[in-house]
Parts: sequence; structure tokens; C-alpha cells
Amino acid sequence: MGKPQKIREKKVPMPEQPPKERIKNFNEVALGYTAEMAVEEAKRCLQCKPKEGQKICVDGCPVGVNIPEFIKHIREGDFEGAIRIIKEKNNLPAICGRVCPYERQCEMYCTLGKRFEPVGIGRLERFVADWELARGVKIPEKAPPNGKKVAVVGSGPAGLTAAADLAKLGYEVTIFEALHKPGGVLIYGIPEFRLPKRIVEAEVEYVKKLGVKIECDVVVGKTVTIEDLLKEYDAIFIGTGAGLPNWLGIPGENLNGVYSANEFLTRVNLMKAYLFPEYDTPIRIGERVATIGGGNVAMDCARTALRLGAKESYIVYRRTEKEMPARAEEIERAKEEGVIFKLLTQPIRFIGDEKGWVKQMECVQMKLSEPDETGRRRPVPIPGSGFLMDVDTVVVAIGQSPNPLIPKTTPNLKTGRKGEILVDEKQRTSIEKIFAGGDITTGNATVIAAMGAGKRAAQAIHEYLSGKS
Amino acid sequence: MYKIVSKKDLASNVKMFKVYAPRVAAKAKPGQFIILRLHEKGERIPLTITDWSKEEGTVTIVVLEAGKTTKELASMKEGDYILNFVGPLGKPAEVKYYGTVAFVGGGVGIALIYPEVRAFKEAGNKIITIIGARTKDLLIFEDELSKLSDELYVATDDDSKGHHGFVSDILKKLLEEGKHIDLVIAVGPVIMMKVISDLTRPYGIKTIVSLNPIMVDGTGMCGSCRVTVGGETKFVCVDGPEFDGHLVDFDNLIARNRRYLEEEKIALERFLSHG
Ligand SMILES: Cc1cc2nc3c(=O)[nH]c(=O)nc-3n(C[C@H](O)[C@H](O)[C@H](O)COP(=O)(O)OP(=O)(O)OC[C@H]3O[C@@H](n4cnc5c(N)ncnc54)[C@H](O)[C@@H]3O)c2cc1C
Ligand code: FES
Repeated sequence: MGKPQKIREKKVPMPEQPPKERIKNFNEVALGYTAEMAVEEAKRCLQCKPKEGQKICVDGCPVGVNIPEFIKHIREGDFEGAIRIIKEKNNLPAICGRVCPYERQCEMYCTLGKRFEPVGIGRLERFVADWELARGVKIPEKAPPNGKKVAVVGSGPAGLTAAADLAKLGYEVTIFEALHKPGGVLIYGIPEFRLPKRIVEAEVEYVKKLGVKIECDVVVGKTVTIEDLLKEYDAIFIGTGAGLPNWLGIPGENLNGVYSANEFLTRVNLMKAYLFPEYDTPIRIGERVATIGGGNVAMDCARTALRLGAKESYIVYRRTEKEMPARAEEIERAKEEGVIFKLLTQPIRFIGDEKGWVKQMECVQMKLSEPDETGRRRPVPIPGSGFLMDVDTVVVAIGQSPNPLIPKTTPNLKTGRKGEILVDEKQRTSIEKIFAGGDITTGNATVIAAMGAGKRAAQAIHEYLSGKS
Repeated sequence: MYKIVSKKDLASNVKMFKVYAPRVAAKAKPGQFIILRLHEKGERIPLTITDWSKEEGTVTIVVLEAGKTTKELASMKEGDYILNFVGPLGKPAEVKYYGTVAFVGGGVGIALIYPEVRAFKEAGNKIITIIGARTKDLLIFEDELSKLSDELYVATDDDSKGHHGFVSDILKKLLEEGKHIDLVIAVGPVIMMKVISDLTRPYGIKTIVSLNPIMVDGTGMCGSCRVTVGGETKFVCVDGPEFDGHLVDFDNLIARNRRYLEEEKIALERFLSHG
């Protein structure tokens, strides 16, 4: 590498829809880099050659994409080369380039980031992925068919990744999906303005082009059981996600106008309720909407509420902003759009009107305790701090638990305390031939973690079926 | 895509469809339901499985024209395709020998009790069936039910057949006369199920009702279908649809079923005006 030239201290800014405009539509907020912007951002990369024990971007990537190498290709204007390198490891880069928590992964280890803003790795990944999608995706070479069949249950990122990798290795793969559309949370959960559905559809198309069959409308455990599948397939991968909504368990939670985040987002994203009555599924939104929770899901709900016409959209969270699990970028965008944060606040009761609709929420003010033995500062209520908040819509976004349907209908499939399917480091479950990964084994986590698990499972299934383990 | 193999008019606003869905047919049990979506812009609605044939690979559903989607479905013909058809969903009925089982079916609920009447009969129970509707043309499945039942009673609101009044009147009379009944299964409008449950409570007769809340996915993922049962929140699509009527908070269910009344009206009017 030549002498370092003057380096931009900040990332090349991402073109975005202005906040005032974007809260009136469901179009994507971040518009993506142009080729010039991408090349300029790529030039910020130091192309680190790490010393023993030194961690760089690659070490933060759960699927191990060769980041410096793909950025080098972008810098040289070879976008085709860049996408090939990404796709060696990541089957769904247009999705990851939009929703990965880069600041806690690759970008956290970026050497440049120690002095300036880290390289915009996520933005660059998104750029080359979109560049390829616009030109038509190339199908990589596949191993010849090996005559073995694998069933994949669930078409979220874990299932799609496992299926794609197995197809490349020559397996005949069928995905079974309960809903009418593949994609899992990417389709029913994450909103259009953050992850356009055409992107997910295109990535699903790519997986299909690899030869993977996707059968929707099949609820495994009901329509067919794992036992049925075992008779027909040589191995099974379960990637059914964390679809079970958690509730606060406080009075009034079943009042009208109280939604789980899953219902709220499914109506809007999967069923397109924002286009009612052109689409049949409705959604009711009031003027004052409170979303309970502080994660990505909560941010998505609060921002969706604004786009549906809420006058005031609140985030109600029992800790402070520092503890919020949501990505920093999403918190920032929510604020820009006018979402109001009510922190250190915990609802304890919903109050309804005579027709059974929620009209108020009783809350208490919280404070953070001294750190406990785990170092966590727990929120504790301040006595006598109760107050009422007028609301007409509430979205409960305090997390999801693993989907219980398959564990319940599959004898001998071992699960943990929260209902998660137990697996070893090779994603093997307690039953031979059955592997699992993604949110069903970890609880609500990330897209890239689910993909990582899908990859490990595909490798382990390959070893198992080719007699190597 | 799921083909409509046959269609039959049971009454002016009640249609019966046989749909080719072999996987669903292979697993269907009494008390379960399916969720369908007619087309790309359609909503997902639950419908009870009325009958099925493993051999033919067909599932039979009975549809009462009410809102937009049911009217649109009713307008479909033999040979047409339904875009999505998923099931069987929910827990099957607990079919076993109880002794004397009284079935109460109101409106389209009459079609829904049919598979259970058959199954409970096969399990050796004595069957008393009470069916009711607005008028006699809506007394669907009467012949089939009369063959399976040891006693069959009929009620109509307009006095066109049988007792002039409600199904609950008939059950009340039977109970007052001291008729021995071990189990009551009631399927129909929420208000009917509520009245029946209130009626049997003082007699301590176990009463099963089949609930029909607003659903989206039908797999336990959203909670749109939740109701309060015995003070606990239950998801009807996975924990039900059948529950102990003496524990169900019917008022909560009635309120929850009115969540989208306005939107339902808009959708229906739009459909009727431009199809
Ligand atoms: C609103 C929201 C926003 C999020 N934002 C982000 C983000 O910005 N960044 C990030 O990294 N992560 C985010 N996450 C988390 C991320 O989406 C998940 O961790 C990830 O999707 C998990 O993938 P998965 O493949 O394990 O499961 P899922 O994506 O949940 O997919 C599981 C699939 O299995 C299907 N299924 C379930 N049961 C059955 C059955 N019995 N038979 C057949 N099919 C079945 C489901 O219908 C579903 O399609 C978000 C999650 C939500 C809900
Ligand atoms: S319909 Fe969504 S959980 Fe029952």
C-alpha cells in the first residue's frame, strides 16, 4: 500500500428521504450509494493486514465475509468481483447490507474506526448487492446432484441460508413455510421503509434459482409432522424463528387497540394493510400511539405508526436510551421522524372505554438500580410515581419467544428454559438427522446470526450425509 | 393454488365448497379449521372444516356470506382456484364416550357441528341435536344430522319450522324436564354460545364452545385471535378453537370481534360497487 493520503474522517453520507417527507410514505428511507460514492467510501479502507491476535472487520462478521478484499474490488471499480467475494459467504447481501447491526459487528473492529468513523461496510455491501440485483443475478456453479434430500422448515434467513448452501452442495432441498409468502421476519416483520419487499423477493428468487423448492401454506406440526418428513428426507433443518409474542401480563392487555408487535407489523407488511381498502386486511391506528419496548421491533412499530397517520407516536421504555437494544441508526431515525421517547417508564395497566377500546395507560416512573452481580442495572419503580397517559393504540414490542409448535408436536426434541430448541456447536438437535438454527435456538437475535447458524447447519448436514461425521 | 372441485348452494346465502387440498385432507380432524386467502390482495380468514375425504384429497367448507371475503368466495365457481388454503389448524375436538351429548348449532354453526356429531356418534354417544336458524331454508344439514341423531330439535326465528324461537329455549326446556345430558357442544353466533353456557352453568354440565375471533396467521404468531379464558389469555388458533364455555369471557370476545366493523363495511361496499 502506498502512503496514506488524506482520509475522509466521516463516512460518505448516505442519501436519504428527508424525515418530513418520508413519514408520509412507506418507501425506503436510505436511498443507497451511487457508484461514485461507493468508490469514494471504499477508498477510506486501510486494507489492514492484521498481526497475530489483532482483530479486524472480518472477525466481527458472523459469516466471515472477506471484507477488505471486496472493498478493494469496489475501490478498483470492479463491482462484479466485489459481489462474487461477498457471495462466497453470504447468500443474502442486499438484506444484510440494510439490516445488520454493523456498529456491533464488522464496523466495531474497523481500524479506521479507532480514530474516525469506521468504513461504511454495510453501505458498501448494500451497494454491490443492489448493483448486482439491477443487472440480474448470476447463479454460481453447483455441485452435481448427489441424490440426497433435505427438508428445511421455515423460510426466514436461517432456512434460506441453509437451503441455498445445501443446494450448492448438490442436495435436493425443499423449504416448507407456514405463511403464504417466504422470507420470515424479513417479509412479515421488518417494514418496507427499512427493507423493501422487492429486495427480499429478489433474494428468495436467487435461492429458488439455485434449485431450492419452496412450498408455502405448510404448517409443520399440523399439515405435516417432523415424523412425516423424516420418512421422506435424509435430514431436516428447523429454522422456525421466534414467532411467539411476549406480553406484559398486566390488566387490560386484551382491550381493543392493543396489538402485539407481530400483529401490528404482520397486518402492515405481510398483508399490506397500509394499502387498505385496495388490499383487504385493515389496521386501526389512533391519534396517540404508544409502543412499549426499546428494540428494533419497537422502533419499527413506532415509525410505522407515524406513517399510518398517528399524530403522536411514543416509545415507552423502562430503562434509558443507553440500554436500548435497537440499532443506534434506527433510534436516530425514529427521533428525526418525531417519535417521542418516554424513558424509564413502565406501563402497569391499560384502561378501556365502555366499548372495550383502550383509552389510557397507567405507568410508573422507574430508576436504574446499582449494578447487580451480573453488572446489569435493573429498572426499579419509584414509589408513588404513578401517572396516566392518554393513548388510543398500544403496540407491545417487548420481544418474542421461540415458536412452540414443532417442539410440542415432536416427541424427544429437547428444548431449553425458554422453549428454544437445544443444539450443539454443529446445530445438531437431540434427534438424529434433525438440525436447527436461528431464532428458534437462540430466541430473538439477528438476521446475520440466523444466517450464520444456517451456514453451520448446512456444513454439518453435509458432513453427516456424506459420512464424514 | 387450490382448486374448487365442487360448489353447492345450501341456502340463498350459504355455499358449500369442496376444495382439493390433499395434505389438509390427510390430517383433518373434527373441530379443526383452515385459513384461506383468495388472491394476492386478499385477507386471511379462518373457516371450519365441515368434512373431508382422504381418498379424494378434498376438504369441505361451508361459507355464510357476511363480509367482503365470504361474499367474494361465494361468487367463485367450480374449477376456480383459491390462492392459499392452509391447515388443518387448531386442536381437534376431544372425541370420546361421554354418554349423552347435546349438540347446539346456530346458523352456519349447524354445518360446523356435523363432523363432530358424526365422530361422537361413532364413539358410542347418544346424540341430541338442536339446530336453529332465522328461517327454515337456512336449516342446512338437517337431513344428515337427523340420520346421526337420536333426537333432533329444530327452531326458527320466523316460525317457518319447528319451535318458534331460539335453540336455547329448547335446551332450557330439556334441562328443566330433567333430561340427562353429560356434555353440551355449542357452535354458532357468539351470543348464542354465551346464552347456552349461562344456561348449563347452574346444572354443572360441561359445555364446549367453538370460538371465531378475528385471525391473521392462524399459527400462534400474532395474537389477533386472543381471548380471555378463565382469566388467562389464550390464542384461539392454537389453544382452541374449542374451550370450556363456562370459562370464556364472551363480552371480551364480542368486543374484540367488533374491532374492524367500520373497515369491514368499507371493504364490503367497495366490493359490491365494483366487484
Ligand atoms: C420487526 C423486526 C425487526 C427486526 N430488525 C432487525 C434488524 O434490523 N437487524 C437484524 O439483524 N435483525 C432484526 N430482527 C431480528 C431478525 O429478523 C431475526 O433474528 C431473524 O429473522 C431470525 O431468522 P430465522 O430464520 O431464525 O427466523 P424467522 O425470520 O422468524 O423465520 C421463521 C419462519 O418460519 C416459519 N415457521 C414458523 N413455524 C413454522 C412451522 N411450524 N412450519 C413451517 N414454517 C414455520 C415462519 O412463518 C417464518 O417464516 C428484527 C425482527 C423483527 C421482528
Ligand atoms: S391468528 Fe395470529 S396468533 Fe392466532
